[in-house]
Formats: sequence, structure tokens, C-alpha cells
Amino acid sequence: MSAPELFFYGAGALAVVSALGMVLNVRNTVAAAMSLVVTMIALAVVYVVLEAHLVAALQIMVYAGAIVVVFLFVVMLLNLRSDAFAPPRQRLLKAAGAALSVGIAAAFLSLMPASLPTMRDVPDGFGGYRAVGAELFTRFVLPFEITSLLILAAVVGAVVLAKRRLD
Amino acid sequence: MEMEILLGAVAKTLFIILVAVGAFAPVITWVERKQSALMQDRIGANRADIAGITVLGLLHPLADVIKLLTKEDVVPIGANRFLHLIAPLIAAIPVIASFGVIPFGGIYQFGDSTWNLVVADLDWGILYVFAIASVATYGTVIAGWASNNNWSLLGSLRASAQMISYEVTMGLSIVGLFMVFQTLRLTDMGLAQDDSFRLLGFLERFGWWDPLPAWLGWLQLPNWGLFLQPLGFVMFLTCVMAENKRPPFDLPEAESELVAGYFTEYSGMRFGLFYMSEFIEVVVIAALTTALFLGGWAIPFLPQATLIGAITPVFGVGFATGLCMVLHVLTFFLKVIVMIWLQMQIRWTLPRPRYDQVMDLCWKVMLPLSLANIFVTGLVILLIQGARS
Repeated sequence: MSAPELFFYGAGALAVVSALGMVLNVRNTVAAAMSLVVTMIALAVVYVVLEAHLVAALQIMVYAGAIVVVFLFVVMLLNLRSDAFAPPRQRLLKAAGAALSVGIAAAFLSLMPASLPTMRDVPDGFGGYRAVGAELFTRFVLPFEITSLLILAAVVGAVVLAKRRLD
Repeated sequence: MEMEILLGAVAKTLFIILVAVGAFAPVITWVERKQSALMQDRIGANRADIAGITVLGLLHPLADVIKLLTKEDVVPIGANRFLHLIAPLIAAIPVIASFGVIPFGGIYQFGDSTWNLVVADLDWGILYVFAIASVATYGTVIAGWASNNNWSLLGSLRASAQMISYEVTMGLSIVGLFMVFQTLRLTDMGLAQDDSFRLLGFLERFGWWDPLPAWLGWLQLPNWGLFLQPLGFVMFLTCVMAENKRPPFDLPEAESELVAGYFTEYSGMRFGLFYMSEFIEVVVIAALTTALFLGGWAIPFLPQATLIGAITPVFGVGFATGLCMVLHVLTFFLKVIVMIWLQMQIRWTLPRPRYDQVMDLCWKVMLPLSLANIFVTGLVILLIQGARS
């Protein structure tokens, strides 16, 4: 196994484990959020292995570095202690959920091909900020601009929600 | 070949860690004490001694380490044990990892082997630094939350808001620099800053005074980010200092309001890690601003080719390149020392503003200014390119 493959599978396994950690940590919101951060960082490693460098950097900067920090900010502002969100213990439901998860995992594994395709070489500069930027501002300029409108709408909405009385 | 790259990377990592973390950071703790003493008309640290020898108080960092290592490591009751224990690590590791992409020297050709004095010469180098810096926020935030202490919680609330806000302006403030150098790779930025430009060259380019008299052509400035993006430099330095949470931006640990903020409940070496990571970040900030704005390893008005060309006839090309490399590395660390001095000066000169003032400065002053800076930079680049064709 070559070094990139090692990183690919290692980071992939870490992403799955930490995602499980996030879902199973129902009693501790902060620990769940931190598991989410680990998932994000592991995904960023996968992106780097796949030569999507810009996406990897943005993944950490935007998701791990900003969005989850805001989650944490809200959680801490409300000062939720453990058990605040904890559902009542239901053994039967848990067992059913576990069985269902195992079933879905088995289905996925059976769909997987016996041997994974080998990594292909990509052109120079693939996935870098130059290539992505050029595509973004030529071929996909309209979706890009429409997204900025969407974000503007979200910002205005947030301001309206935060300031109930507009003076 | 791969083995060679790996060995080179390990050697460079060891060098930068030894210099920045092993030598600079402890000495800075001493410099900080001496500087504060100077500003407050005291003598400063001078008591720690071995058999009566004090060496100007330089033994104080050693005494600090011994004290921190031997103190009891307390975890408060009701704290989240695991998160409380790993928070200092989350704070310290990203700071040290930032050194990975900062070049401390240029690119040198020895025979058929190329020496590139940076651990990882990433094409998206500066984005890596931003990504790493944004993860460092968690150390602070988690430390405050996991301590089960309201002072700590308030401190980490302040820290998370402050750090997220300043990350935005930190990124925007150097977009102008990317536009000028047309790259995100830190070594390319360094190479671009090796040159110098004529201060009045634009008169000739626009055809207003063509040709420019020779004596006016001597008015030159190095091609540094500092001269091309002065506003960007001031804003970037402000933002990174706010990210570092040292005075005047030490709201998350304001001792007059929050005891010690997010690390109130830390003791021993875990407190030491927070303390050291702030000092290491001072070095990171100095190295980063040097690489971005102060020409990195470049010696002003003496490009690498000229320097090597001047020494080669006397000593041969191998020695000339080696000497040039040593001079460049020394120049880089000299500039780093100047930047550290500047940060110390700011830290001991300015008082701490109120929290709302810190946030206002970010969102109402620096954000519009940085956007205006990007716009004006783009305009100037367009005009110059238009004049060329």
C-alpha cells in the first residue's frame, strides 16, 4: 500500500469513527461537536489525498474553523450541561437502530466492488485555487453569483431575526 | 529519491522547531520581562542564579520550566476530564504546525540537487496557515468550557467570538497581497520580493515622463509587501495579534475582569503549554509577516543572482551559494527578531480596549477597509496592466 493510499484509508476510517462518536455522544453536546470537528479534519485529509487542495483548505477553514465554532458558541452561551438533550433510555429502540445500521453497512459492503480502482494521475494544478477559481468565474459564474444572492438573503434574514424591533 | 525528500523534510522540521520553539520562545519570555521592566522603570528578572551567576536573568526561563514541571496538575471537580486534558494540546499543536509552510530561506542549486528551505512547499501555502490557525480556536474554547468555571466559560465565549471575527479580516486583509504577487505559495512570494522597483517607474509606464532621468531611477524600494500593501500590513498585523489574544487584545484572559479567563483552572505544565503556545505564536506571527511583507529571506537591493555572481569569481560557485544561503537564513531571522520586538513594543504600549470596541474595530473599521483595499489594489493593477499594452 502506497503512502497516499495509507492516508486515504486511515483518514477515511477516522472520519467514520469520529462520525459515530458524534452521533453516539448524545449526552454531551460539546463532545459531539468536537467529534464533528475531527470528522471534518479527516475528510480534509481525504481531499488532500484526492488532490483537491482548495476544497481541503476550505473544508477546514469554513466547516471546522468557523461553523462548528459557532455551534460551540451557542452551546456554551446556553450553558447546556450534560443530559439536557438526552432522550429517555429506550433499550428496544436502540437495539433496532443498531440492527438497522448493521444491515445498511452490510448492504453497502455487498455493493462494493471486489477491488478498488487504482488512483489515476491528474493534470498539473488540478484542484488548486487557480483551476477552481478559473472554472468558478467562467463556466459557473451564474450559479456562483446566484449563491451570493442566497447568502445575502440569509444574512438579511439573520439580522431581522436578531433585531426583532427594527428602529 | 523519496527517502531523500523525507530526510530533508525531517531535517528542516528539526531545524525550525529547534530555532523557533527551542531557542526563540524561551528567550522571548525573558525579553518580555525585561521589556516590561524597561517600560515600567524597573530592573526586571535578574534573581535566578546558578552558584551566584545570573547571566542577566537569562536563567529565568529555565527556572520557569522546572517550576511548571514540578507543580501539581489540578483538574477541577465537575470538569470534563478528557477535554480539560487535551485542550492545551489543541492550542499548542496548530501553532507549531504553522511553521511547516513558512520558508526560512530561498531555493539554492548545489550541483544537481536543489535545496528549498521550507518544510512543505505547498501551492496553497497561506491557505494552510489560515486553516491551521482556525483550528487553534478550539484549544481556547474547549479549555474554558471543560473547566467547569464561569470565568473560564466567559473567557472562551469572548475568545471564540473574537477569533472568528478576526479570522475573516485576517484573510481579507492580505487578498491584496495575493493580487500583487499572483500566488499563494510562500516561496514564490519570497522570490518576488527579492527584487526592487523604481519608486517613480509609473511615470515612465504611463508615458508622463519618458524616459525617466537616470538619477530618479535610483530612487528604489525593495519589492516588499510592506511597500506594495502598507494598509494590508497594518491590518494583517492587527488581526494576527488579535488572534494571538495577547494584550491589547487579551479580552479572553483579561485578569482584571475574568481572573485569568479560559485558563483560570489550569496549573503546572498544562498552563505552561498555553503560555508557551502564545509565545510560539509570537514567533509564528513574526515569521509569517516577514515572509509575506518584509521580503522573507531577501537582502534589500541585493538579489540572489547578484550576490552569488559577486562571490563566485573569488571562491567558486558552491561556496558562493552556501554563503548566500547562510546570509539569507540569518537575514530572515534578523527580520523575525525585528517583528518580535515590534509586537513586544505594541504589547507594552497600548492599553486593553473594551470588548465592544474590539469587535467594532473588526467589523466596522477593518472589514470595510480591507474590502476597499482589495478594490483599490485591483484598480491599480488593471491601470498598470492597461498602460503596459
